[in-house]
Amino acid sequence: MEFRGFRAVGGVSLNVRRGTIHALIGPNGAGKTTLFNLLTKFLTPTAGTIFYKGEDITKVKPADVARRGLVRSFQISAVFPHFTVKENVRIALQRRLHGDSFDFWRSQRVLHALDAESLELVEAVGLLAFANVPAGQLSYGRKRALEIAATLALDPEVLLLDEPMAGMGHEDVERTAALIRRVSENRTILMVEHNLSVVAALSDRITVLTRGQILAEGDYATVSADPRVVEAYIGAGHA
Amino acid sequence: MSGASTTDAVTDAALARETKSDRTLHALIFVGLAMAVAIAPFLLYPVLVMKILCFALFALAFNLLLGYGGLLSFGHAAFFGMAGYVCAYAAKVWGLTPELAILCGTAVSALLGFVLGSLAIRRQGIYFAMITLALAQMIYFISLQAKFTGGEDGIQGVPRGKLFGLLDISSDLALYAVTAVIFFAGFLAIYRIIHSPFGQVLRAIRDNEPRMISLGYRVGRYKLIVFVLSATIAGLAGSTKALVFQLASLTDVHWAMSGEVVLVTLVGGMGTVFGPVAGAAVIVAMETYLAQFGASVMIMQGSVFVVCVMLFREGIVGRLARLFRVSL
Repeated sequence: MEFRGFRAVGGVSLNVRRGTIHALIGPNGAGKTTLFNLLTKFLTPTAGTIFYKGEDITKVKPADVARRGLVRSFQISAVFPHFTVKENVRIALQRRLHGDSFDFWRSQRVLHALDAESLELVEAVGLLAFANVPAGQLSYGRKRALEIAATLALDPEVLLLDEPMAGMGHEDVERTAALIRRVSENRTILMVEHNLSVVAALSDRITVLTRGQILAEGDYATVSADPRVVEAYIGAGHA
Repeated sequence: MSGASTTDAVTDAALARETKSDRTLHALIFVGLAMAVAIAPFLLYPVLVMKILCFALFALAFNLLLGYGGLLSFGHAAFFGMAGYVCAYAAKVWGLTPELAILCGTAVSALLGFVLGSLAIRRQGIYFAMITLALAQMIYFISLQAKFTGGEDGIQGVPRGKLFGLLDISSDLALYAVTAVIFFAGFLAIYRIIHSPFGQVLRAIRDNEPRMISLGYRVGRYKLIVFVLSATIAGLAGSTKALVFQLASLTDVHWAMSGEVVLVTLVGGMGTVFGPVAGAAVIVAMETYLAQFGASVMIMQGSVFVVCVMLFREGIVGRLARLFRVSL
């Protein structure tokens, strides 16, 4: 991927195996989010191809990528501030269960049929007490949790989580980690995360990215023992 | 609730969540409005009230697009004006009954909305506004040059005709009843659209488009639908106005008319249910009663607009909604 000649991500060949939790780590500016945007088609690659379940999705539109079960979360919290917590989840359920909502002639009361399932998901991320609070009033950590709930509402096969723990307090981190582990059954998760202890505890496989290229790949033990990784993170050997 | 991630111009008061009691309140206001509309022609000049109703419906259509869809069109006069021409032409030249003439105008406006909307929704923000303006200017020049619009003269002496070929609506009061029915039908249609599953999606797109895409919504289709709906209702308003004034002219397709509907909506309260009606009443009344001052009406109108924006950015109804902590 190039931005006006600046190669943000290049020569990256990333394979994510079905049913695993795959972490993507690397220093700031390594191209992790760019890679996410490429995978979910929010950016169009200047070169290369993206395969999903053996199918070339390089030219598929972002909304259709989501419809195929490849759903992402955002680094900056993406809730609908004027919707309540319950409605935030419901709008995601609405697409999956109600279908394309072009029905402008019907009352929105038909959406109450989705309330029970919304509340289940809200409860799963520990936000039941806030179900009727506008999402804009939640703390940062709770917004992140809400975003995960909305993402899960789509029952995605592949979950791309962009720094799900960023800005969370200690307790929230643990609860979210447990949640991610719980939902990882029958799903593939690719996540960008800076909290290395979370990465160590959760992921089956880790890819280290620096300057738009893969530096190392493997399980936590392999990656953490790699001197190049240590160097990239700590910045040793400036000479 | 700072609402940092939303369009700055859309204010929190206007977006306040609706509860059950709000719906009851809305019903009450609708009833009150219906009563006011029923009494008005006996207190005021009926044509003036009809003008207000037409502009209010036009602004309601515009507000559906801007306040709920988050799309600022700067070319809505194209729908309002073109529908007026088609309706006037159908009534005068083809001799159609008024309801069919209005239907023709509205249908053409819907079609025009589909064509212009398909092009405009490909871009966002200021570029969207500029495309709608450019396309509307093209419609203006077509209206100026084409034969059927009558150029500078417009289409004059449009017969009001007989409704369904039976009821004579040439008297102001009879036409007033028809206009009032059209206004409320359009208003209720918009109210339903806003409060439909589609309306929910629309608001969510307005608040956070990338997130809606990531949830698998094909946002372009929703934008196109709301654009067409808005153009259709704007066309309904324009068609009705052509019958009321028995005239379709360049004024209604001119860019100044696009500007005026923005003004009406902002003064009344963008993103509120009742704002456009209040805005239309204020602006039309002002234009009418200040008409004796000639061109300086523009200066007064401009001043009112500036004062409105400075003092209550959320518009008259938006301000009231915040004051009483209700959703209007």
